[in-house]
Amino acid sequence: MQRVAVPGMPSTFSRDGLAVLCFAVLALALASAGVMLGPVPLGFGEVLGALSGHAETRSQVIVLEIRAPRVVLGAAIGAGLALSGTALQGVLRNPLADPGLIGVTAGGALGAVAAIVVGSHVAELLPEAARSWLLPLAAFFGAGAATGFVFAVSRRDGTTHTATLILAGVAVNSIAGAVIGLLIYVSDDRQLRDLTFWTMGGLGGADWRMVALAVPCIGVATVGLMRLTRALDLLQLGERAAWYSGLEVGHVKTAVGLWSALAVGAGTAVAGPIGFIGLVAPHIARLCVGPGHRMVVPAAALTGSALLLGADLTVRLIVPPAEPPVGLATSLIGGPFFLWLLLTRMRRDA
Amino acid sequence: MLEAHDIHLRRNRRDVLSGVSLSLRPGELVSLIGPNGAGKSSLFAVLAGELPPDGGKVTLDGQPVRKIGASRLATLRAALEQSPSLSSPFTVAGLVALGMASVSRAAIDCAGVAAAAMSAAGVAELASRPVDLLSGGERARAHLARTLAQLYAGRAIGGGRYLLLDEPTASLDLSHQIGLMSAARSEADRGPGVLVVIHDLNLAAAFSDRIAIIRDGGPVALGTPGTVLTPGLLSEVYGSAISVERSPAGTLRITPDLERMGSGGRAGPVCLHPGKSQAPVPSSDGNRRLHNS
Repeated sequence: MQRVAVPGMPSTFSRDGLAVLCFAVLALALASAGVMLGPVPLGFGEVLGALSGHAETRSQVIVLEIRAPRVVLGAAIGAGLALSGTALQGVLRNPLADPGLIGVTAGGALGAVAAIVVGSHVAELLPEAARSWLLPLAAFFGAGAATGFVFAVSRRDGTTHTATLILAGVAVNSIAGAVIGLLIYVSDDRQLRDLTFWTMGGLGGADWRMVALAVPCIGVATVGLMRLTRALDLLQLGERAAWYSGLEVGHVKTAVGLWSALAVGAGTAVAGPIGFIGLVAPHIARLCVGPGHRMVVPAAALTGSALLLGADLTVRLIVPPAEPPVGLATSLIGGPFFLWLLLTRMRRDA
Repeated sequence: MLEAHDIHLRRNRRDVLSGVSLSLRPGELVSLIGPNGAGKSSLFAVLAGELPPDGGKVTLDGQPVRKIGASRLATLRAALEQSPSLSSPFTVAGLVALGMASVSRAAIDCAGVAAAAMSAAGVAELASRPVDLLSGGERARAHLARTLAQLYAGRAIGGGRYLLLDEPTASLDLSHQIGLMSAARSEADRGPGVLVVIHDLNLAAAFSDRIAIIRDGGPVALGTPGTVLTPGLLSEVYGSAISVERSPAGTLRITPDLERMGSGGRAGPVCLHPGKSQAPVPSSDGNRRLHNS
């Protein structure tokens, strides 16, 4: 699977293009399944009818108000997490980088929890229209602050020291965890209930308002990260050689940090922290399309969508009508995967 | 001309470079030599535009090098860092393609540039092999091909004027060291100025137009191999007896004078050049200390 996009070699493109197409088909299939399956199974015809407005009210409501926003949100959040994982792994030249591990998700979670607990006191002071933006904004700033912090402390002589960054991420995770614990301690019963469900992660409460909040943010971040594919390739040479080769390394790192924080912050704000998609999706993508980011980035985004949609479908169908949080499912799959990754790397480096 | 003038550089509260000047003219090959820790790689980074010096200035064809953006700079000069690495399993062809990143693909004949660079570096037959599975020497040449592709791509749009190589021969066997230096020489003969940081004095002597010697961050000598590579100067700089012979054809042969070192009982710099004051050697320069003890 050692392929790379070489200028003037269209055959490479079409083969990897086919792999990307397969990921797209898989994501689309899971999205369709997400709309059709559930406590009330719907046929394809019913779904089409509901989408075009010619179905009975019940299936209309199920499709348009419950399942469609959930699927759209799941696809977008999965893609956002996967893209930010791809970009962070690319910048840090370390396959263990993941927005969850280096503290981006924890920063976003801290922002969101602070918005839930402290924000309820502040919300009355805000105009009505601004209130729904409080949580996503807080999540974005939390994620951004965590990203900025880990990059800043691991910077030496203008280059980022990856091992330090990952350890700084561990520190951010534990600090954010402690502050979240403190906020939970001081929160009242209602806030506590909100917090518990939000922290476990889930798409259960998805509605079009959430879609309107998260999808544009993730969309902007996606466009931003898609433009960095060549930069991510160059960074595989190391920051110094990448700069020699003409890359404004500082700008790229800032952009990756910003877009990752936006994508992860938006996803975290509406669905809680969802782990490991950002770790697993880029690996699957690289296994299928090789190391060139021009193909890895779209493939990873689609894989992330498929993974989150698959995980969401699993938690919905496993013990209906109960719904375990989707974050539990992704961590159950992602945790062992991470261990496997560590062990194979250790064996290779030994 | 790529010109460093009176460069001073401090890092970690230590003078790494003090008052070094070096110019690289188009079409010439200059070797930068000196003992470990002399500041060669720092001077390399300053010339490449990567490190801003604390004093002095670096200009590329009259323009301050720090004022040229990374992207345009990459089309004007190609630089190969010491011990290059690659974190992803790109093929050699993929690695070489990275060298052309600063030039728009539509503006040049990418396939032609890549092929020329790979054949000049002697890795044409490795094009489809993953870099991480190559031997150390093959990998070093693949990175040279990447750097040559950067030079050629720059030249195709009117740049590609300087080639900077930091210890490119470090992981190569003898014949590939010679092959690399011949490649660098033929690049210089085609127009660009080439700077090579190198430890092998014989290779430097055989292929260079001029040789610059620095020690402890300061300039020692700059000139043609014949004028610079003298037994006295080299013995002083390296702190061990070194003899220089000139063959009838004019080639210089530089060898450590083991006999003299043996009889003199480890001739150190102290007994070799009593006139020169021995500055206290900084702690990071442990090699020379060990040598003296």
